[in-house]
Amino acid sequence: MPSEADGRSRATTRAGRTPARSSRRHLAGGAAALLLASGLAACGGGGSDVPVLNWYTNPDSGGQAEIAARCTDAADGQYRIATSVLPRESSAQREQLIRRLAANDSSIDIMSLDPPYIPEFAEAGFLAPVPEDVAERVTEDTVESAIEGSTWDGELVAVPFWANTQLLWYRESVVEAAGLDMSEPVTWEQLVEVSQEQDVRMGAQGIRAEALTVWLNALIESAGGSIIQENAEDPADIELGLATDAAVRAAEIMHTVAESGQVSPAFSTTGEGENAVAFESEDAGFMVNWPFVWPQALAGVEAGTLDPSVPEDYGWTIYPRVDENEPAAPPYGGINLGIGAFSEYPEFAYEAAECIVSDENQAYYFITNGNPASSTTVYDDPEVLELFPMAPAIRESLEMAAPRPQTPYYNEVSVGIQRTYHPVTSVEPGATGEVAAALINAVLRGEQLL
Amino acid sequence: MSTTTLPPGQKQRPVSAPPRQVSDRSRSERRLAWMLAGPAFVVMLAVTAYPILQAVYESLFSYRLTDPTNREFIGLDNYWVVLTDPLWWQAIGVTVFITVVTVAVELVLGFALALVMAKALRGLRPILRAAILIPYAVITVVSAFAWAFAFDLTTGFVNNWFAWLPGISADTDWFGGTWSSLLVICLAEIWKTTPFISLLLLAGLAQVPEVLQEAAKVDGATWWQRMTRVTIPNMKAAIMVALLFRTLDAFRVFDSIFVMTGGANGTESVSFLAYRQTIARLEIGLGSAVSVLLFLAVVLIAFGFIKGFKVDLSQARGDK
Repeated sequence: MPSEADGRSRATTRAGRTPARSSRRHLAGGAAALLLASGLAACGGGGSDVPVLNWYTNPDSGGQAEIAARCTDAADGQYRIATSVLPRESSAQREQLIRRLAANDSSIDIMSLDPPYIPEFAEAGFLAPVPEDVAERVTEDTVESAIEGSTWDGELVAVPFWANTQLLWYRESVVEAAGLDMSEPVTWEQLVEVSQEQDVRMGAQGIRAEALTVWLNALIESAGGSIIQENAEDPADIELGLATDAAVRAAEIMHTVAESGQVSPAFSTTGEGENAVAFESEDAGFMVNWPFVWPQALAGVEAGTLDPSVPEDYGWTIYPRVDENEPAAPPYGGINLGIGAFSEYPEFAYEAAECIVSDENQAYYFITNGNPASSTTVYDDPEVLELFPMAPAIRESLEMAAPRPQTPYYNEVSVGIQRTYHPVTSVEPGATGEVAAALINAVLRGEQLL
Repeated sequence: MSTTTLPPGQKQRPVSAPPRQVSDRSRSERRLAWMLAGPAFVVMLAVTAYPILQAVYESLFSYRLTDPTNREFIGLDNYWVVLTDPLWWQAIGVTVFITVVTVAVELVLGFALALVMAKALRGLRPILRAAILIPYAVITVVSAFAWAFAFDLTTGFVNNWFAWLPGISADTDWFGGTWSSLLVICLAEIWKTTPFISLLLLAGLAQVPEVLQEAAKVDGATWWQRMTRVTIPNMKAAIMVALLFRTLDAFRVFDSIFVMTGGANGTESVSFLAYRQTIARLEIGLGSAVSVLLFLAVVLIAFGFIKGFKVDLSQARGDK
C-alpha cells in the first residue's frame, strides 16, 4: 500500500517540482531504505544474546549442517552453531580461510580442515590452543593417523573428526577369473600383470592435482621413505626424500602403471571422481580410491542408473604393497576441526567441537554421508557394519595409513610434486625425483617461481 | 631577401587573443562537471591507482602472508627471480600465443558477423544482434566449464561427433597435451568474445559514409574493391580500437585456463602465475612483482597501439 508520503511526493511532482529534485529525493529515500534494510539484515539472525559460532565446512551431503543443528540443541541455549560452506577443492578452502585469518577474522570459530594444511595454520598462529583436558578426551579411542594428522610440533592443534583412507577396490569376477587370492596382500606389479592378463581397467589418480601427491606419498611411504626427511619447518633447509631409493621405487611403480596400457586414455586428467565412475563400467578391474565409491554405487542402484549386480561385484582390501614383504602405508585424509585463534568464544567452540566429534555424530556422519569415523568405537556400531561392510578394512587401513608430509609449506611441496610428476607417463625413475627436489628447494628459498 | 624592422620602442606587442571572459554560466557548468565527474574520479583512484601503487610497494619485499614478522625489504630481487625464471618466459609465450590466435580469429569472425548484422533485414536485426551477443553475456567461468565438459573424455560429446575427422577418436584426451589444451582454451575464448569485437566493428561500419559506397558502385567497383578500398580504410579507427581492447583483455586470460587445465601441460598464462604466487602460495611480494610486470606488459601493449598504430580512442565514439 502506498504510504501517505509517497502520495504527497507524487502530488508535488505533478504540481511542478523539478523532476531532478524529485528523483534526487527518491534516490535518497531508496538509499536510506537500503541502509535500513542492510542494518536489519545484519541484526537478523541474532535477535538474542546467544553467541553464534560460525563453522566453516567443506561441501558434503548435508551431514555437517545436521550435526551443527544437533549440537546447537545439545548446547541448551548457551550457543548456536551456524554453518558456512567452503569451496569444493581443499586447496581453495585453505586459500579462503587463511586469507581471512591473516586479517584476524574473529568470525571464524570452527573450521573443517584438510589435514595436510593444519601445520601451516598452526605455525602461523591461526589455531586456538587445544585445552589439555579437551586434547585428552578427543584422542581417546581415536585412530593413530587421525591423531598424527591433527598434531604439529608435538602438540595436538586440531580435533580429529572424520578419517579417510584409500582402499584397493577390485571386481570379484576379475580376481576369480585370474585366480588371485585377495585375502593375501597384493603388490602393484601383481595388479598390473592381472589387469593386462584379463584386459581390464586399472584406476589410479594421474591428474595434476592433490590426488597425485596422495598417490606418490602413499607409494614412497609404502617403500619405507618419506617426501620430507628433515627440517620440515625450515624453508631454506628442508630436506626432501624425493631422490631416495624409496622414491625411485615409487616413481618406477607410477611409470609402470601409467604405461601398462590398462589405465584410462584420459589418465593425465583422471581424479578420484572419474575413477569411481569408470569403476562402474564393464571393463573395470582394480582401483585405488576413497570409500565414497561404495555409497556412490549404491545411490546409482537406488536411482536406477546402475545395475545392482555391479556393486555386488565390488570387492575391497588394504592398499596394494610396493614390496611384497613390506606392509603398505595407505593414504590418510579426512577432516579435522580447527578453532580460530581470533574467535570470540574459543571455550564454546571447543565445547561444540567435542559435541561434533562425539561417537554418536561420527556414526551418523559415516552412515549418512559415507565419511569414515576417526573414533575406533564407531566401527563396532552394527548399523555402520551393515551399511559399510568394508568398515573393518577401513579401520585397519587407518591404523596403517601415513599422513602426507607435515610442513607449513605443504602447498609448495605438493604443487612442486604435481608440476614435475605430471604427466605420469613422462616420469623417469631417478631423474624426476631429483628435478622435483631441486624445484621445491629453489621455490622455498625464494629463487624460483611455482 | 630584405627585412624591415621597426625602430625600437615602436615594436608592437605580440597580438594575442583578448583574455577570454569566462562567463558565469560556463564557470558553473565547469563546476557542475567536476561535481559530477569528481566522485567517479576519486573512486577510480581508489580502486585502480591505489592497488597498483600498493602492488609496486609490496613487490619490493619478501613477504609471506602467514609470516608477516619476517617481512624484509629486498629491493628488486623479486623482479630478478621472475625475469630469470624459464617458467615466466614460458607463460609469456603461452599468453602471447593465446592473444595472437584468439584476436586474429576473432577479428575475421567478428567482421563477418558485423557485416551480417549490418546487412540483415530491418526486422531481423534486433533478434540477430541478441543472438550474436548471447555468448558475451555468459560468465567466462561458466563458458569455460561448458567447453571443458564438451571436450571431456567422459562427459563430452565432441569426440563422439567429430570422430570422423582424422586425429580425433573416442579416446582423444584434449586436456592431456599442450597444443590440444591450448586449442580448446582458444576456442572457448573465441566463442565468448567474438560478439564483443563484432559489436565494435558494427559501430565502425555504421560510420562509413553511404555516399562513398554509392560513388564506388557507380564507378563500377566490385564488392571486394569496395571492401578493401572504401569500407576498411574508413573504419580503421574502429578496427584498431576493437583490436586494442581485445588484445588487452586476451593478454590477461585466466578463467579458461584455471577451469580447463589448472595450468597443467605448460598452459600457464602470466595471470595464472600471478594467481599462484599471490593467492595459492601467499607470497605477496613475489606475486606482486609478477602482477606489476603483467601491468607493465598491458601498458606497453596499449602504448604500442596508441602510438604505433596511431589509434585515436575518441574516433571510435564518432567524435570529430
